Amino acid sequence: MSDNNLVLEASGLHKSFKDLHAVKGVSFHIATGETYGLLGPNGAGKTTTISMVTGLLERDGGEVVVDGREISTTSTEAKRAIGYVPQDIAIYPDLTARENLSFFGRLYGMSAKPLRGRVDEVLDIIGLSDRADDRSEEFSGGMKRRLNIGIGLLHGPRLLMLDEPTVGVDPQSRNAILESVERLSVEGMAVLYTTHYMEEAERLCDRVGIIDEGEIKAEGTRAELVSMVGQRDKVRLSATGHLDAAVEAVRAIPGVHDASTREDGIDLLVDGADRALPSILQAVAAAETSVSSVAVDEPNLEAVFLHLTGKALRD
Amino acid sequence: MAAVQIALKDLKQRVRDRSAFLWGIVAPLGLAAIFSMLFGPIADFDVSFAVADLDGGTVASAFVDQLEDLEADGTITLEVADDAASAEDLVEDGSVDAAFVIPVGFTDAVSAGATVEVGVIGNVDQAIGTQVARSVAAGFAGEINTVGAAACTVLTARDESCLGSPSLGSLAATALAEPAFTESPVTLAGSPAASKELSSETFYSAAMAILFLFLTVQFGVLGLLEERQNGTMLRLLAAPISARSIVAGKALTSFVLGLVSMTVLVVGTTLLLGAEWGNSLGVAVMVLAGVIAAMGIMFVVAAFARTPEQASNLQSIIAFVLAMLGGSFFPIAQVGGLVAQLSLLTPHAWFLRGLGDLAAGGGVGAVFPAALYVALFGIVTGGLAQLRIGRVLQA
Repeated sequence: MSDNNLVLEASGLHKSFKDLHAVKGVSFHIATGETYGLLGPNGAGKTTTISMVTGLLERDGGEVVVDGREISTTSTEAKRAIGYVPQDIAIYPDLTARENLSFFGRLYGMSAKPLRGRVDEVLDIIGLSDRADDRSEEFSGGMKRRLNIGIGLLHGPRLLMLDEPTVGVDPQSRNAILESVERLSVEGMAVLYTTHYMEEAERLCDRVGIIDEGEIKAEGTRAELVSMVGQRDKVRLSATGHLDAAVEAVRAIPGVHDASTREDGIDLLVDGADRALPSILQAVAAAETSVSSVAVDEPNLEAVFLHLTGKALRD
Repeated sequence: MAAVQIALKDLKQRVRDRSAFLWGIVAPLGLAAIFSMLFGPIADFDVSFAVADLDGGTVASAFVDQLEDLEADGTITLEVADDAASAEDLVEDGSVDAAFVIPVGFTDAVSAGATVEVGVIGNVDQAIGTQVARSVAAGFAGEINTVGAAACTVLTARDESCLGSPSLGSLAATALAEPAFTESPVTLAGSPAASKELSSETFYSAAMAILFLFLTVQFGVLGLLEERQNGTMLRLLAAPISARSIVAGKALTSFVLGLVSMTVLVVGTTLLLGAEWGNSLGVAVMVLAGVIAAMGIMFVVAAFARTPEQASNLQSIIAFVLAMLGGSFFPIAQVGGLVAQLSLLTPHAWFLRGLGDLAAGGGVGAVFPAALYVALFGIVTGGLAQLRIGRVLQA
């Protein structure tokens, strides 16, 4: 990837709050049209990192360059390239959706006519066109979240930063938000997305930085990260009969790396469960063992996080 | 430009929730009207007396004549009672505020140089009317003493003994019965235009306006804390505008709210209550200085409070303490001593002084010292607050 494509370059970011070293040398970059996820549990340093990158928080060390301009708390021009969606809903409840959008549009220097058109466009994107002139205090939580995102999108930023935008959102609104973010990425916007939901990071992000205790523990595409813990699927058979004999039988099948009994069945570690499963079931049946259910766990970012930090994402 | 956008947004919000309208216009106008009615000019004060002359002598008649003169002037309403019981009945049933009972032998007692007494019967519900009646009776007693002293001087000049002289009483009684003696040689004339005293309508209009100005401006500056509380401060800080323009936007909101509120109050109290604010340019200067003072204090509150609610409470306390100390409710400077000196530290006291200067016929030049103090109060307090306001502008 050429440097010309980079919308954000953050390097060596440090931030301490009294005795707490909240961010320790975080570095990452995002290119045009790329969605980069910062995945980590609450308190990992995601919001502190995004606050420094947005120019909201003074950093103790490191550098942030957005669209070719270094950013700090006093930058104004560099901030034009950024659309920021804070974690908590940040809208004016006594203003309508249209008034909220228009106000922030004017703060970003948009002139009246283009602003009117863009407001209509964004209202359409976030699905609030029919409620445009209602006060936002009358909106549901999901609608407020969508308006919250719409304000970040309004001025057409090169980099959109979303700080856990789906926290406390119902499944339907959550899906609508994720679809909107997917569309933005397709349209060429660079997106920085922080979350502690593994599924969101897997679905949206081209690359993911796994962050914990203020450090990026690993970074890469989903496949690259998963390969760190191996490509093996975990297969759990609920079975009764001659379990030891069945274990001996399945160990001989190519692709099966490990097999062990447990009280109500057998656990296996397999390369490509979809291919190996028919042979496994055949071998188990031949060992006079009957299987009542099969569960396959593919390796995911949760497993990667567990592998890297020794704890679950929601700990 | 960003500051203007922020101010326009804030003003739209304030118009929508009507809070500034209530605090900035309705409340001060209403209170000014109520206070003006309660403590209005004495000319509108209606007082009624009854008199029962049981003596019928020359001195008693002189007293009744004085009361009739006051009635003729329109100062009092007078009813004549046949006896003490009738006079008391008139007081009891509320027909009059108080009654005078001149006892039998009153004139003879004065003639004899003996101690005399005019009885005053007061209505318990008409404390002020009763007090006025006592003052009238005391005034007449004073006249008797004065005339007695004069008669004594005449006797002494004739080489006659004054003390116990039978001539003393008759001379005094004759003098008291002569109108030329009982007409006061010195009168107190009201001349508000030439003095620095504000009419009650103007005083309470100005006092309530400056009091509520300190509450009205909070709707701008306190917006800083509200933006923090509802998370929108993050959005403002993330926008391509300087942090100072956010503060400027809030200050502009306060300034406009303060100015509009004061302007409406000046015009409204002039038209509705008959307040006389004086020279327009002078009033404008005082209003401008008052708005600056109120904003200065508001910035101090915003710089130290943690939440909008805390700031609002703090601002209310400060506004009322300054108003009381500054004489917005009563002329506290007359208390004297430390309180009077403290009063002069408040912008309220100087604001009212400035208006007093205008009431005395002064122009812009006359209010300049008061306006300068009021404005400096705001500039100094607001300036000091800027050293700490940065904490509100942090993510």
